[in-house]
Amino acid sequence: MGVKEACVLSRETVIAANRFGLGARPGDLEKLGEPRRWLKMQLDGPSRTPAEFRDLPTSAEAIVDVQSVRRMQREAKQNGDDIVEKFGRVVRRNYVEQALARYRVAASTEHPFHERLVHFWANHFAVSADKQPLPAIAGLYENEAVRPHIAGKFEDMLIAVEQHPAMIMYLDNQRSIGPNSRAGKRANRFRSDQEFGLNENLAREILELHTLGVDGGYTQDDVTTFAKVITGWSIGGANERGRFAQGEPGTFEYRDIIHEPGRHTVLGKTYADNGLKQGEAVLRDLARHPSTARHLAMKLARHFVADEPPASLVDRLAAVYLDSDGDMPKVYEALIDSDEAWLDVRSKYKSPHDYVVSTYRALDHVPENGRQVVGGLDILGQVPYRPGSPAGWPDTAEQWGGADALYKRIEFANTVSRLTAGRVNPVDLGDAVLGDSFGANTRRSIARAESQKQGMTLLLASPDFQRR
Amino acid sequence: MKRRDFLKRAGAGMAVAAMPGLSLARTDTDARFVLVILRGAVDGLAMCAPYGDRNYAGLRGELALDGSSLGKLDGIFGLHPAFKTLHQSYEQREALVVHAVASPYRERSHFDGQDVLENGGANVGRLRDGWLNRALVPLGGSLGNETAIAMAQNTPLVLRGDASVTSWAPSQLPDTSDSTIDRLADLYADDEFFAIRLQQALKSQSIADSVDGMNEQRRRPNDAQFVRTMMSSTANFLKADDGPRIAVVEAGGWDTHANQGAATGQLANRFTALDAGLDELKRQLGDAWSNTVVAVVTEFGRTARVNGTRGTDHGTATAAVLVGGAINGGKVVSDWPGLRNGDLYEGRDLAATTDLRSVFKTILTEHLDVDAAYVEREVFPDSSSARALDGLILT
Repeated sequence: MGVKEACVLSRETVIAANRFGLGARPGDLEKLGEPRRWLKMQLDGPSRTPAEFRDLPTSAEAIVDVQSVRRMQREAKQNGDDIVEKFGRVVRRNYVEQALARYRVAASTEHPFHERLVHFWANHFAVSADKQPLPAIAGLYENEAVRPHIAGKFEDMLIAVEQHPAMIMYLDNQRSIGPNSRAGKRANRFRSDQEFGLNENLAREILELHTLGVDGGYTQDDVTTFAKVITGWSIGGANERGRFAQGEPGTFEYRDIIHEPGRHTVLGKTYADNGLKQGEAVLRDLARHPSTARHLAMKLARHFVADEPPASLVDRLAAVYLDSDGDMPKVYEALIDSDEAWLDVRSKYKSPHDYVVSTYRALDHVPENGRQVVGGLDILGQVPYRPGSPAGWPDTAEQWGGADALYKRIEFANTVSRLTAGRVNPVDLGDAVLGDSFGANTRRSIARAESQKQGMTLLLASPDFQRR
Repeated sequence: MKRRDFLKRAGAGMAVAAMPGLSLARTDTDARFVLVILRGAVDGLAMCAPYGDRNYAGLRGELALDGSSLGKLDGIFGLHPAFKTLHQSYEQREALVVHAVASPYRERSHFDGQDVLENGGANVGRLRDGWLNRALVPLGGSLGNETAIAMAQNTPLVLRGDASVTSWAPSQLPDTSDSTIDRLADLYADDEFFAIRLQQALKSQSIADSVDGMNEQRRRPNDAQFVRTMMSSTANFLKADDGPRIAVVEAGGWDTHANQGAATGQLANRFTALDAGLDELKRQLGDAWSNTVVAVVTEFGRTARVNGTRGTDHGTATAAVLVGGAINGGKVVSDWPGLRNGDLYEGRDLAATTDLRSVFKTILTEHLDVDAAYVEREVFPDSSSARALDGLILT
């Protein structure tokens, strides 16, 4: 192999590990082999559940648990008893455990491209832990609704997500009642001031964010009608007032009694009234819609290639998506096989999440205490599972590039450098994790640092390390 | 060494490419402007209730506020009972409400609605930078001497653009040594993206360093304290001799689809926190308050009727609040569209009769003295239908 080939290979290796993956650990660049093959290998077979997640409860268990704590707390208050366990503390403990597991896996996984895809899709289908009881289940949602479907069809992930209790609760769908449903009619007979009825939150965000995209060609009527179609998509177990007790508590439950009856027309197509299946049929059609193909292709290209990805690449990914009815591994393969993806070794400014994960991987270190993991990400502006809106976290340098945000990264780099002082030579580490993208200037600057600790700060705060 | 001293050295030694055309001397003005963006679409009919409109109580059902609980503004409108100090400001003629106001955006996506609110164009994606950034050009300021600050780690769209702005948020991490910062400044010199941001950050750090306690906020404020804490810091920046004159503060959590509450409840709690924040800003600004305008805005309003889950869905027009010593207050500015079924936009939302850009234009031209022709041409293109409003600012 000539020198030129070696360079090209090396550049592609760095791109595979740092842009497609989550950042190289020392040794990764040498052993990953042919970059495209290494990426495609990670899409083989069923999606794995890493060991770190096996000790966590299911979301149903967590929901039942926090609900019972809340009930006990309320009863204790009424009776004047001591509160044994506080609701907020239980929620918080679940939240921190899940966040710690997530970042441990991210820091150590041998399948970082697969893991990046999990994070990508969980963000595409964002729930936000600023609404109870989401902090207790947001991490579980990622593992239950998103992770199993990474290497499958988009429509299967879509249905799993929209039927997960986390999404239902986040976007209020368990509260949405068909005005002409049996329960709706009965309730409205006794009320004159206001109708029990629809909440269009989930329907709107499915169309706008999860599938077609905001310019995808739907109207307010489509939103309202689609909201009617998915009335009844709810959660088992009694609600806050102790009513509607049927179904397995904490799991998805279709409640026909609040489902708006009748045939409904969404995006010009009429769907027969067959209960739960009606909404699933709409979702499957939405998944195969050309607007969805374009919307997802654009988001993938932006995440994996550049903030303003080449139109040729977006077109190609959308075409592969449509041709394969949303078979995601085919789309990822098209992405990997696109020349546009391999041109620039530092085309993306890392998000705080990417920055922290790649730091943990480079240093081979995750704090023992989950609160430290959460706290670090919070200070950097991307606290786990809490994007604050169903649109999820942004994905461009423009949006992450605040002056103070950079300063916080410097402070973070400075703080974690203390942990490694004397243990790791920062120049060697730069070679090991940045390979060809380790600039000569950065190298020189680190070599001249007044201490290893300072050198480590310079490495982690360098433009070379902050881009992928 | 204080960052302040460091900044002087760094500015002299750094090979930062000057930002093109923006190294103008800063206009010597005492006028301060704080833009408060409430993300998630605030229910204007709850913020400032038209209790005197005879269709209000029926339309709002269980979310209707009782007229006797409101902070009365006139025979029609009353502030939500949570706005105790804002109501006092109104009575002191330092606050006013613009009602039935909306940006030109007429769909119902938060994200596009915020895009239009901030880009200043007539529709989504019309402009890639923010209107307040474009307005900074005639106000001067330069890299390391910014006229505007975002009170957050990252800069919201409204302040993004060619003009240099800084940003600041409290930190709980240990300080980095000056030697390390010095070396990073050298390391970043070849990379404009990093070099510019570091210098901007050092500016806000130097001001925060000069105020006792500001860089030592070891605990992150919780949601209830957040607005007040940020307002306190905002005042510190705006008071500093060499500090910014314009600040943008953001607060989320206004998307009340379910169990919104009326006189009490989740929305009322957020109003209480906002009220405390505005009061804090006023008290901390001291003398500077007399030449300050605060504009509290949101991307759009919410449905006029209650939805099926005791909340409200995405709507159209809402209310905006202007408060500050420079405000010619004590009035509600509104061409009230009414709440009869036929009055509602698409039969569901409060109709918009005032363009939010009219409010912003007025602040830019009358308070910050930005040239009106420049505002029409550069800051709010395609806005000839949205004329500046008379009588909002004391002259």
